[in-house]
Amino acid sequence: MGQWAGYLQLILEGALVTIKLTLMGSVLALIMAFIAGLGRISRFRAVRALATTYIEFFRGTSIFVQLFWAYFVLPLLGFSLTPLQAGVLALGLNVGAYGAEVVRGAIKSIGREQYEACIALNFSRWQSLRHIILPQAFVLMLPTFGNNAIELLKASAVVSLISLSDMTFQAQVVRAQTGSTLMPFLTILVLYFLMSSVISASIRGLERYLTRGLDGVRS
Amino acid sequence: MEWDWAFVVEILPTMIEGVKITILATLLGSVLAAIIGLGLAILRRSKNVFVSKPVGFLADFIRGTPLLVQLYFIFYVLPDAGITLSPLVAGVIGLGLHYGTYTAEVYRGGIDNVARGQWEAARACNLSAFQTWTRIILPQALPPMIPALANYFIAMFKETPLLSAITVLELMNQARSIANYNYRYIEPITLVGAFFLVISLVSVIALRWLERRYGQIEER
Repeated sequence: MGQWAGYLQLILEGALVTIKLTLMGSVLALIMAFIAGLGRISRFRAVRALATTYIEFFRGTSIFVQLFWAYFVLPLLGFSLTPLQAGVLALGLNVGAYGAEVVRGAIKSIGREQYEACIALNFSRWQSLRHIILPQAFVLMLPTFGNNAIELLKASAVVSLISLSDMTFQAQVVRAQTGSTLMPFLTILVLYFLMSSVISASIRGLERYLTRGLDGVRS
Repeated sequence: MEWDWAFVVEILPTMIEGVKITILATLLGSVLAAIIGLGLAILRRSKNVFVSKPVGFLADFIRGTPLLVQLYFIFYVLPDAGITLSPLVAGVIGLGLHYGTYTAEVYRGGIDNVARGQWEAARACNLSAFQTWTRIILPQALPPMIPALANYFIAMFKETPLLSAITVLELMNQARSIANYNYRYIEPITLVGAFFLVISLVSVIALRWLERRYGQIEER
């Protein structure tokens, strides 16, 4: 049992890497989601085309392939990335493409009268987006963003295959050293489940905080 | 490093072998996910809390943990319990179980959309629970779900490269072994990416058609 404590520590070190990846990947995904999501509803055709290409490309090819491409092919083209950088880049860009559709959908779902009110008040395009549209749309985006963050957490297990020592990688190490399979895998399954529960609980909390005092106002 | 077309032609037959396994795994996984999802959705509606609660928790647990780890679990842990599975079977079970928890939500939404009156009418006609499900509820609930289900099957297709981690010789694994053998990564990995991109662009068109054909568009 005392031995197991040491192995557990290995897994917890991996958990730290998984958390780091998830947080950094989520930040990149959030930024990309807003850039590409706003790009898709831009006035300029070229910007729309660029955003659509990005979204279709990253949603169309699998995260696994993108990660391998970032790790094995990019160095050949002259960009060397550490496994962590490749992981954050692939996860962030992939989930960001899914998030972009959420941003677009939420902005589109804001009622016409809000836009008309902005015009009536002589707001510039940027002002109406910043002060009127986005604050309402953001609340609508939150639940799906939470799901996307959980998808990102789950996808982060794939980085173990490019030798980044995340939780899944550490479980494999423990399996190789002890020959025990049930304990390491069951432990990380429970830890992953705890992490995704934390994400969904905090998104729910954030949603409640942002909509406080709005009962009956929002449909 | 330059792109080499001769090398592409040379490796193409091996890649196509991988494509076959990828498609086979997706098809079998989809069938399994469709069945498991329906089972989970019906069990979750059970009036007995000792059935509905554990099933609900299990589904949430599977949905909250990575497919890769579940595959390892099925492939490495089950043999200790005396169940030894071939890599492909383990992979298909993993895909089916994981995506079954997603399709269960689709089924649940579809079943909830069937009007209450239909349930009451079935009861008034003295149909058994089995007859109610097979003759009244499912025929009405299933067609609107088809686009949403197809969406998850496409998502599953994009996750099949994970099976390479449990030694299934699908497309990604073939590409990696070619890459390791020849020490050329650029062509094999790019070809895999191109293959997935083409298939998913085609499937987007197919999905639009399904949405038109079966009416209701599922907004996520």
